[in-house]
Amino acid sequence: MEMFIMMLTIFVLAVFVGVEIINKVPPTLHTPLMSGTNAISGIVVVGAIISSGGSEHTTVLSTVLGVVAIALATINIVAGFMVTDRMLNMFKKK
Amino acid sequence: MEILINFGYLIAAILFILGIKGMTTPKTAVRGNQMSAVGMLIAVVAALLDYNVVDYTWIIVGVLIGATLGAVLAKKIAMTDMPEMVAALNGVGGGASLLVAAANYLESQQLAEMGKFVPTYDWSIAVILSILIGAVTLTGSLVAVGKLKGKIGDAKNVGLFKAIVKLALLTLIVGAGYFAYVDPLHSDLLIVGMIVLCLILGVCLVMPIGGADMPVVVSLLNSYSGLAGASAGFVLGNNGLIITGSLVGASGIILTSIMCKAMNRSLTNVLFGGSMAASAGVSKSENDAFYDGKVKYSSADEVAMLLDNAQKVVFVPGYGLAVAQAQHATRELANMLEARGVDVKYAIHPVAGRMPGHMNVLLAEAEVPYDQLVEMDTINPEFSQTDVSIVLGANDVVNPAAAKDPQSPIYGMPILNVHNSKTVVVVKRGLSPGFAGIPNELLIRDNSLMVAGDAKKVLQDMIGALKDL
Repeated sequence: MEMFIMMLTIFVLAVFVGVEIINKVPPTLHTPLMSGTNAISGIVVVGAIISSGGSEHTTVLSTVLGVVAIALATINIVAGFMVTDRMLNMFKKK
Repeated sequence: MEILINFGYLIAAILFILGIKGMTTPKTAVRGNQMSAVGMLIAVVAALLDYNVVDYTWIIVGVLIGATLGAVLAKKIAMTDMPEMVAALNGVGGGASLLVAAANYLESQQLAEMGKFVPTYDWSIAVILSILIGAVTLTGSLVAVGKLKGKIGDAKNVGLFKAIVKLALLTLIVGAGYFAYVDPLHSDLLIVGMIVLCLILGVCLVMPIGGADMPVVVSLLNSYSGLAGASAGFVLGNNGLIITGSLVGASGIILTSIMCKAMNRSLTNVLFGGSMAASAGVSKSENDAFYDGKVKYSSADEVAMLLDNAQKVVFVPGYGLAVAQAQHATRELANMLEARGVDVKYAIHPVAGRMPGHMNVLLAEAEVPYDQLVEMDTINPEFSQTDVSIVLGANDVVNPAAAKDPQSPIYGMPILNVHNSKTVVVVKRGLSPGFAGIPNELLIRDNSLMVAGDAKKVLQDMIGALKDL
């Protein structure tokens, strides 16, 4: 339970940080903001990697699920960062 | 090692925060995005160092598949299709979180058999939440993509979907209670059943939402995809996931509330109110009667003459501009006008297009400098000094009924006051109503001219006519 309260604390504080900085993003950049946060939400790849690492408590099924999860999360990361970069470079040009 | 790994997650989280901070100006945004990417790399390396990772074969396979698909997608996608792309990526993220929760459940069974794991209530609840949010994000986003592509129309029986949603939620609560309090580790069938139920729930939550409200839905699903990641973080006890997921969740919620405000609707009304066109829309004959004989048609040549004498011109882009891929033609016409000393601006309504910032990206692609893109509140007082406003495929966001007709379904929605300009030129394919399903009073006003046709074609004709003058 202590662990849970710790995690909840971190969650709530991080939401406040998020609200503070994202409120400052101008409407012009809202589409790249969305695709950029899409990429960041690919962080779940971390969990997928740990599930597919073949340690002794994994099963065939859990490894399969983990590998599919890695593939999906990597799509998110790679496509998200690349397409955001593509868009932002268009804004940079004068 | 454990300390080093957690330190890595912390660094990654800091880089994500700084990366988003970079997005506050277009100048620093590219670097911000790169910082986030570096943060992701650090997080992945930290995960690879985890003591649970003993074999890299399958990890490499997964990464290679994902990276190839992702890179191809990012290179090929047209800027006009960004809403579909973002919606699809939301779904993919939700799917990944769902699978991580399921895989963790299976592993926890093994660990419990070895005597290394005892299920707690908060673990059980986190697993259920992860499944719920992940599955809803996955199928909800797929439906949203279908609606954005126009393959799935507005639902007629909103009540049915609402009933299914209520029933599914009730069943879920009972199932979750049994799972958490009775037997968390021998409930394989229950878990599979709940996953299926949550997948159905996602479909039924998005189906009743009208096509006009897609900007809200895409933003909300963006938020869900972050929350799905955060709940996976609760399952795994990983702070990196929790921080990052909550950042994304906050971002989506803010965009959602901006979109709702720009339409003067509450989130509940958008989610459960059904499509505006279905409830308040007019029939075709009513629509025809509204416009009957009152619309003044004009031609590209006439508009070119108007533009020739204008000092200040404002372009008002909408979804029709994206459909016609007319952003480059718009830019070309604007360039010609600027060369003649005309003051040119672009008025951007917050819900123009199909997602937040959609118009800005399209115009940036056509190399329009971003300081010419003006937000609604700044441009509205300027319309009275504008000689010609050119409305390109926008409809409900320039309907004066929103400001003065309390009976109108869009009453109270902030609009661009184009009707205050000396002349308004509306480029539109026909007189069919917009998303709200109502006729546009703008078209029958004395200072309005309608040019019927595809936005790109009409703009090219105007460019040609202007050259001949």
